[in-house]
Amino acid sequence: MWEVFIQTKPGLSHKHAGTIQAATAEMALQNARDVYTRRKEGTSIWVIPAKYVVTSEGMDKEAFFDPADDKLYRHPTFYQIPNDVKNM
Amino acid sequence: MKHYILKLADDSLIMGQRLAEWCGKGPYLEEDIALTNIALDQLGQANNWYHLATKFFADGRTVDDFAMLRVEKEYLNAQLVEIPNEDYAQTILKVYFFAVYQKLLYENLINSADEDVKAIAIKSLKEVKYHKTHAETWIKVFAGGTEESKTRLQNAVENVWEFTGGLFDEVEDEKDLVELNLIPDSKKLYEDWKQKISEDFEKFGLQLPENNWMQKGSRKGIHTEYFGYILTDLQYMQRTYPDCTW
Repeated sequence: MWEVFIQTKPGLSHKHAGTIQAATAEMALQNARDVYTRRKEGTSIWVIPAKYVVTSEGMDKEAFFDPADDKLYRHPTFYQIPNDVKNM
Repeated sequence: MKHYILKLADDSLIMGQRLAEWCGKGPYLEEDIALTNIALDQLGQANNWYHLATKFFADGRTVDDFAMLRVEKEYLNAQLVEIPNEDYAQTILKVYFFAVYQKLLYENLINSADEDVKAIAIKSLKEVKYHKTHAETWIKVFAGGTEESKTRLQNAVENVWEFTGGLFDEVEDEKDLVELNLIPDSKKLYEDWKQKISEDFEKFGLQLPENNWMQKGSRKGIHTEYFGYILTDLQYMQRTYPDCTW
């Protein structure tokens, strides 16, 4: 199993698109191309063996995520973003 | 020129139609989509070539008339694209033989003196490069896999080989077209194709058949016994409900 990450435009980050099966890395890349970019979704693909994904699943969710709940000041909402800056 | 355009169009149409038989039955979901993508590319190429054919024939026939309403003997495709898919090794081998051919063909046609031919070739070349890459990947897997996969692939080579020569059979006016720089010389194309296949086979550890006898009749409207059945499938809707659209 492989996790597929697609970059929609040059300069943007690769986003998780889904999971595919394939016997080799080469085949995984081709299968990802055929399954996830057949409607012009991508300019670049990463495939990563699913077994190497380390997940927070099963950990203590409250300890992991709740402490961020009341720290709104971490959001950089007080800045003006210039009009010409795209993709922020 | 019109017969040459038709031979390219018919190759792509029948190749696409045959491959589409795998739709929903592929070995696993991802590969099912991969193969039907290839089939769709072929139908797209057929569509482009038929559009061009309507210009060359200029007899009032539409793209659909060419694709759906001719009889068996009017199709100029090579027999290779019409023979059954059989198992996945044979299907992939056909895609590989055909993709190597189309890649060489389009690499030549992108320099054609005809602007329309050139434009279609430029667009199609990108597609067939991927077909070749994908088929090659599978051939490496089959050839380097288990005894079973290698045996099946080698059997497919024995089954398919005698149909490969027909890809390079010529329609009547080809010599003149070569001289006008409209199309490549099919004999030269065959030499290039065979050399490429021989090199690849050595890399993959596969044997080319010693018997080099080739089936005759491709490009002349002579078909294998399987062809009528494809046309029946392909033309059913148009024959049953003439002029139907959706």
